[in-house]
Amino acid sequence: MERFLEVFFAPQVFARYAPDVLYAMMTTLWLGLVIILAGIGLGLVLACLRTAQCWWLTLPIVIFADVMRALPPLVLILIFYFGLPGLGLTLSGPLVLFIVLTAVLAAFAEEIFWAGLTALTRGQWEAGRATGLSFFQTLIHVALPQAVRMGIPSLVNRALAITKMTALGSVIGVKEILAVSSSAQAMSGSATPLTMAALAYLAIFLPAVVLARWLERRFSWRV
Amino acid sequence: MSNIADMFFNLDIMRQALPLLMQGLVMTLKLCAVVIGLGLIGGLFLALAATSPRRWLRWPTMALIDLMRALPPLVLLIFIYSGMPFAGVQMPAFTAVAVAFLLNNSAYYAEVYRAGLQSLPSGQWEAARATGLSMPQTLVHVIIPQAVRNVLPDLLSNTIEVVKLTSLASVVSLAELLYQANMARSVTYNSSPLVLAAAIYLVLLWPCVRLVSRFQRKLSI
Repeated sequence: MERFLEVFFAPQVFARYAPDVLYAMMTTLWLGLVIILAGIGLGLVLACLRTAQCWWLTLPIVIFADVMRALPPLVLILIFYFGLPGLGLTLSGPLVLFIVLTAVLAAFAEEIFWAGLTALTRGQWEAGRATGLSFFQTLIHVALPQAVRMGIPSLVNRALAITKMTALGSVIGVKEILAVSSSAQAMSGSATPLTMAALAYLAIFLPAVVLARWLERRFSWRV
Repeated sequence: MSNIADMFFNLDIMRQALPLLMQGLVMTLKLCAVVIGLGLIGGLFLALAATSPRRWLRWPTMALIDLMRALPPLVLLIFIYSGMPFAGVQMPAFTAVAVAFLLNNSAYYAEVYRAGLQSLPSGQWEAARATGLSMPQTLVHVIIPQAVRNVLPDLLSNTIEVVKLTSLASVVSLAELLYQANMARSVTYNSSPLVLAAAIYLVLLWPCVRLVSRFQRKLSI
């Protein structure tokens, strides 16, 4: 037991690297926040564009959503980070992480919103139009609020899963929690920084998981 | 434009890298078989424990599930692969990856099953028990088949996530599909092997993704 504590909870190692890990937590937090905002925003716009029902809008959106949902994000990250410089376009690690994870979240969000929109009965649209609202007004004031409400539980879970993927940034040198603690582990020759990484992620995501659980109960569509 | 073709879609390099990638694919499929197979079973037991009326069983299980959902799988993997040796527990990369992803995914599968179990009205339990079935018989013949059918789309979509997840094993140098592709990239200074790997993932998973979308549409009507 003592040996276990010494390996995973060595106090002096803890104190030595706590500031670094705290700083890395800020990086993870703001990356996660920006990805959630941009990803869900883009997903919402794509789902709305799909309601226009012209094939030259729908087709690219469906292909984008399918490909982004089928590909492992790490493949895209490696292609963007190591492939693009060959074309003279060098993107920084955080930017690559942001672009890829935003695209992946947007794809899932689009599908969730679209599923919500198609779940609405035609009557909702017809009633909206009949009261004199334009197509666009019906979309914004009648259809979307209901679709978004229906999608909230899946959306929260998906957003969480994708924000956790910021840990993939450690592969391309983004100084987030995992990268910083991995190098601390190598430097200190102790496993304690890895424990710190786990604790840091728990501090961020455990409240989020509990919140997701609550939202699921609150917004669940009981049949 | 020819630059793009040369850097990303170089057929010569793809042809050379293909045997290596196929070896990687075999490893990926092995990993998937272990993690999906055991995850589906482990998740079911976790879900049964998480919906148990016994509090001493329910609470620790829920805590474990939430813990696993809050930790990024890569962090768990690194912890097991590079952290555990400090405590004298050394294991090969394949075992470390399988253990990490199994822990992670059993929790996700458990959440899916739990939704299915809770979607059944308690009358199903009562009716089955009233006809003289024992507890285990009720579970096996009445509850689980219905619960699983109700959440089949979510089980499939989680399984897609598992296949995508196995690409993280490349970080700990397990020679699966993405690792092999990245090796080929670093040897040839050309991204075509990565594009080829992406294409292989697409071939594997695109039909599944379509199927999930189809399911979702059908359920929502």
